[in-house]
Amino acid sequence: MTASLETGFYVFVLATLLGLEVIRRVSPLLHTPLMSLTNAISAISLVGSIMLAGEQKSPLSTVLGSIAVAASMANVVGGFMITDRMLKMFKKAGPK
Amino acid sequence: MSSILIAISYIAASVLFILSLKWLSAPTTARRGVRAGELGMLLAVVGALLHHGIVDYKWIAVAMVVGAAIGAPLAIWMPMTAVPQRTAISHAFGALAAALVGTAEYYLHTGSLSAFTMGALALETLLGFLTFTGSLMAFGKLQEILPTRPMTYLGQNVVNLALLAAALGIAGYLVVFPGEAWLFPIFAALSLAFGVLLILPIGGADMPTVIALLNAYAGLAAAAMGFVLDNKLLIIAGALDGSSGLILSIIMCRAMNRSFTNVLFGAFGQMQTALKVVERPVRSATAEEAAPILENATSVIIVPGYGLAVAQAQHKVRELHDALVKKGVTVRFAIHPVAGRMPGHMNVLLAEAEIPYDKLIEMEEINPDFSQTDVALVVGANDVTNPAARNDQGSPIYGMPILDVDRARAVMVIKRGMSPGFAGIDNELYYMDKTMMLFGDARSVVSDLAREVSGGR
Repeated sequence: MTASLETGFYVFVLATLLGLEVIRRVSPLLHTPLMSLTNAISAISLVGSIMLAGEQKSPLSTVLGSIAVAASMANVVGGFMITDRMLKMFKKAGPK
Repeated sequence: MSSILIAISYIAASVLFILSLKWLSAPTTARRGVRAGELGMLLAVVGALLHHGIVDYKWIAVAMVVGAAIGAPLAIWMPMTAVPQRTAISHAFGALAAALVGTAEYYLHTGSLSAFTMGALALETLLGFLTFTGSLMAFGKLQEILPTRPMTYLGQNVVNLALLAAALGIAGYLVVFPGEAWLFPIFAALSLAFGVLLILPIGGADMPTVIALLNAYAGLAAAAMGFVLDNKLLIIAGALDGSSGLILSIIMCRAMNRSFTNVLFGAFGQMQTALKVVERPVRSATAEEAAPILENATSVIIVPGYGLAVAQAQHKVRELHDALVKKGVTVRFAIHPVAGRMPGHMNVLLAEAEIPYDKLIEMEEINPDFSQTDVALVVGANDVTNPAARNDQGSPIYGMPILDVDRARAVMVIKRGMSPGFAGIDNELYYMDKTMMLFGDARSVVSDLAREVSGGR
């Protein structure tokens, strides 16, 4: 096992644990925005897609990479926007 | 130099993503969480664009514009009732990206893949492709393009498991012999087919669980991509998404008292033809008769269910809420974890109707209060109020946590007719002496109630 791979596993396990701890505390009130926000965050595959589309190592990889960039970008833009749109609606009972 | 900048931007992005989820924990800080997530994503994209291997930006730019043009309308004009569909389609997009990157990486490095990289790549493409078609299926069912009833056939589970086993077998073979490129398209096709077959037998009632599960898969696919590309930022973001999906699916399973295997292979909510409905008398009432009871109550708990969303009655419920509050009645809402079509969906629908979120109370918190409540008003909810879950050991829903509506001093149920809910069973609640049935479309009945309470036409 290479050193980089080993670090990769550490990062994965620790990030999962941290994720479980942080997300456990999210109020059920906000579970739908939670899902759209994590959806936007997991569109981080944009990073891998950008490199693939930009490196142009083969026609196939450029085409597949570009489609992947478009698909992830749709999630980045759409995910953050709709999360914010939903959260804007949550209001506390104001003094009447 | 640029590699240091890239590293810094990726680390900053990872921190911002974690803070983003942390701030989402409460409504007061949640929007700050979105800002943090956006900033993190911006840094990540800048980092990726600085990557020295990139020789041409043309296609990146075109694809980003196309993606933004698809994503923005889906966010701006999507009605809140359709958020589950939007979520399903975005899981499909995310998974497609992971699967395509995996496929491209495979063909770029066919000969030189180490066993581990090939394993991660196989996992990435398997999860990516199956989540892609699975989410499209879920989208079709939620949008009601496809029938929402479970689709089952003889030997379905055997076929599904055989397909999965074949895909995993090929993946294992490719790990040992990564050069056998002719196997890869077969592997991809099997993964795509498995996604379709996996969702076929899932019924409407299980959609919240399945969406959460697909969310976890999409996250894991992104994390696997991180292993393939040796990119820690991808691993972290994917792990965060995976753990979120996992937590939500566990919560959903618990709220329905079912296991993962049961959700995936149980085909819950099939037409139960053997159902023998005994005709029993119920007490039916009109809005005119029900309104004075609500008006004279001290406390009312409204129990919203999926029927409310279908009838688009949330704004009328708000009018009723306002009219009752004006008469000095304490009104609260009892939210069951699986109310709506995805985790937390009902809260969003009620928040959209401008009902203050501190009136939306979770099941565990509000259940003890039902016995001190004058009227429990059930709008379009069924199985989650069925006392059989508590009392009848023979009931298919026995053990499922329910809202203790039957303990309120009086119960009103707004319902179209006497048809059973998702579980296909009768609800004892409707036959109790203190229960009044208000038959009709949820929207028009609630609207009538609101008008009556606020003093006639």
